[in-house]
Amino acid sequence: MSVTNPSETVALATPDAPASAPASTRRPRRGLLRGILGNRKAAFGACVLLLFGVVALAAPLLAPGNPSLITAIASQPPSLEHLFGTTAKGQDVLALTMHGARTSLLVGFVVGAAATLVGLLVGVASAYFGRVIDDLLSLVTNVFLLIPGLPLLVILAAFLPPGIGTVVVVLIITGWAGSARVLRSQALSIRSKDFVAAAVVTGEHPLRIMFREILPNMASIVMSTFLACVIFGIGAQAGLEFLGLGDASVVSWGTNLYWASNDGALFTGAWWAFVPSGLCIALVAFALAMVNYAVDEVTNPRLRTTKKGRTRA
Amino acid sequence: MRFIVRRLAFYLLAFWVSITLNFLLPRFMPGDPVTRMFAQAANKMQPHQIEQLRQLFGLDERPIWQQYLTYVQNIFTGQMGVSISRFPTPVSEVIGSQIGWTLLLGGTALVIAVLIGNLLGILAAWRRGGVLDSVFPPILVFVGSFPYFWLAMAALYLFGVVLGWFPIRHAFDAGMTPDLSWTFVSSVATHLFLPALTIVLVSIGGWMLGMRNTMIATTAEDYILMAEAKGLTNNRIMFRYAARNAMLPSVTAFGMSFGFIVGGALLTEVVFAYPGVGYQLLAAVQGLDYPLMQGIFLTITAAVLVANFLVDIVYVRLDPRVRVS
Repeated sequence: MSVTNPSETVALATPDAPASAPASTRRPRRGLLRGILGNRKAAFGACVLLLFGVVALAAPLLAPGNPSLITAIASQPPSLEHLFGTTAKGQDVLALTMHGARTSLLVGFVVGAAATLVGLLVGVASAYFGRVIDDLLSLVTNVFLLIPGLPLLVILAAFLPPGIGTVVVVLIITGWAGSARVLRSQALSIRSKDFVAAAVVTGEHPLRIMFREILPNMASIVMSTFLACVIFGIGAQAGLEFLGLGDASVVSWGTNLYWASNDGALFTGAWWAFVPSGLCIALVAFALAMVNYAVDEVTNPRLRTTKKGRTRA
Repeated sequence: MRFIVRRLAFYLLAFWVSITLNFLLPRFMPGDPVTRMFAQAANKMQPHQIEQLRQLFGLDERPIWQQYLTYVQNIFTGQMGVSISRFPTPVSEVIGSQIGWTLLLGGTALVIAVLIGNLLGILAAWRRGGVLDSVFPPILVFVGSFPYFWLAMAALYLFGVVLGWFPIRHAFDAGMTPDLSWTFVSSVATHLFLPALTIVLVSIGGWMLGMRNTMIATTAEDYILMAEAKGLTNNRIMFRYAARNAMLPSVTAFGMSFGFIVGGALLTEVVFAYPGVGYQLLAAVQGLDYPLMQGIFLTITAAVLVANFLVDIVYVRLDPRVRVS
C-alpha cells in the first residue's frame, strides 16, 4: 500500500457498530498488553519487527563501510561472496539493503509518531471543544483527506529543497488527516461519557481532561493509528524516492529501487537488485499490519475468528 | 437536496485550497527552484512564453493579490502555462492527451478490486472461520503490504520479461492508430492487463476486510434473525438483507479511494511506461517541469473531487436517512 492513506487501514479494521457482549470466550479478562503478547499474529509481527530493528542498528557492524562504494564486479547474481548479488554499478546488494533499513525504518517511525501526534491533537481538541472549533478542524481534516496524496506529495517534495528532512515533513503534512478523523470519532464517543461531564463540572483544566481523562481511554486506537501511519510512512517514502524526489545519495529501500529501475535491472534480468528492498518493505508493513490486527482483535472480541464455525445459531 | 448543495460547497472549497496551495508554493518556498528552472529552459522559449511563466510563478513585480486573481482566472480558463519537458506544448494539452489512459487504468482496476473484494468479504463474513475467512485475509494483507510500484516491477519482470506473456511497455502496439477496431481494442486490453492486475492485487485486501468487518456487525442484527426465522433462502438473506446494508461504508470508501488508486496508478504507469499522466509526472520531475507538475496535481484533484461528488449523489439514492435529515 504505497500511497494508501492511513485512515483506510484503521477505518476498515474497526466496524463502528456497538460491541455486544462476547458470548464464546471463556478466558478471564487480561490486560491489553498481555492479551496482545499472547496473540499469535502479534508475536509473529513483533519478531519480524525486532529482527529488522536489530539488523538496522547493527548494519555498520554487519556490513562495515559505505554501502554505496563500488567493491565488486557489476551485475553479479547472488553468490557466497555477495549473498544478494551486486548492482549494475558493482555495489553489494546485501549491504545496501541492511543500510537501507536504517533510513527507511527511521523515516517510517518518525513520520508515524509525528502524524499520529498531530492527528491526536487535532482529533481530541476537535471532540472536546466541539462547535466552531470542531467544525473548523473537521473541515481542514476533510479537505486534506480528499486532496489526492501522491500528487500533493510530489509538488511539495519538488518545491522543497531535497533531503530526508523534506521527505519527513512532506509525509507528515499528507499523512496526519487520516489519523485525525479516526481519533476524533473515538474521542467524540468518550467525550459524551458521564465521567468526562463529571470532570468538566468539577472544574478540571481542559488540557487535563483531554490528556488524563480522554486519552488513556483510547490507547488501543491511538496504537493502531500509529501502526497504520508507520506503514503509510514507509510505503510513501519508497514511492517518493522511486520517483526520484528523495535524496538519491542517501541509501534507503526506496532509493535502492530507484537505482535498480534506473539501471534497467528489470530488462537485464538482475532480479536480485530489486527483490530484496521491496520484500523488506512488504515484510515490515505486513508485520506492522499483523500487530495492528492483533490489537484490534484483543480490544474487539467480535472480530476474533472462532474455529468452531459460524458463531450464530 | 440540502445535503448535495453542502457537499458541493465543500468540494469547491477543497479545490480552492488546492489552487491556493499551488499558488503559494512557488512563491514562498526557499531555495528558489523556479530560477533554476528558468536557467535551464529560458534559451528555448519565446519572450511571451517566458512572460506567461513569470506571471504563473510570481516573478513579475505586481502586488500579491493581483497575481492571485490572475492566477485563479487562468486556472479556470484552463491556462496552466507551457510544459518545459515537452516544450512548447501547453500543459493543458499535455494532460488532456494523457489523462484518459490514467482514468482507464485507475478506473478499471478500482472497479474490479471493489467488485471482487466486496464479494469475497461478503462470503468470508457469511462463513466465519471457513476456508475463505481464514486463508484469504492473511494472503491479501501480505500482498497488500507491497508498494504498488514494486509489485508492478515484479509482475513486469516475471510475466513480461522472463515469460514474455504480456507486452512490457506502452498502452498499445507501436504503429497502431487509435480506432474502435477489434485489433486495437484487444491490443489495449493486453497492455492494460498487467498494470491493472498489480493495482487490483494490492488494493483488494482492504476492500475484503472492510466488507467482512461490516458484514459481521450486520449479521448480528435482529432483522437477519427475523429473515432466517421467516425461512428465506440463504442467498437472499446474504445479499438482499445483510450485504445491502453493509455496503454503505464501502460506497463512501469508493469515492475516497479513487484518489489513492490514481496515486497508485501514477507509480504503476512509471514502471510500465504506460502513457498516462503518471508517466508524464516522472518526466516532469526529472526535467524540473513545475508547470506540468502543478497542472497534473490540479487535474487529478479535480477528477477526485468530481468522483466524490458523484458518489455522494449515489449515496443519497442508497441511504434514505441522508434524504430525511
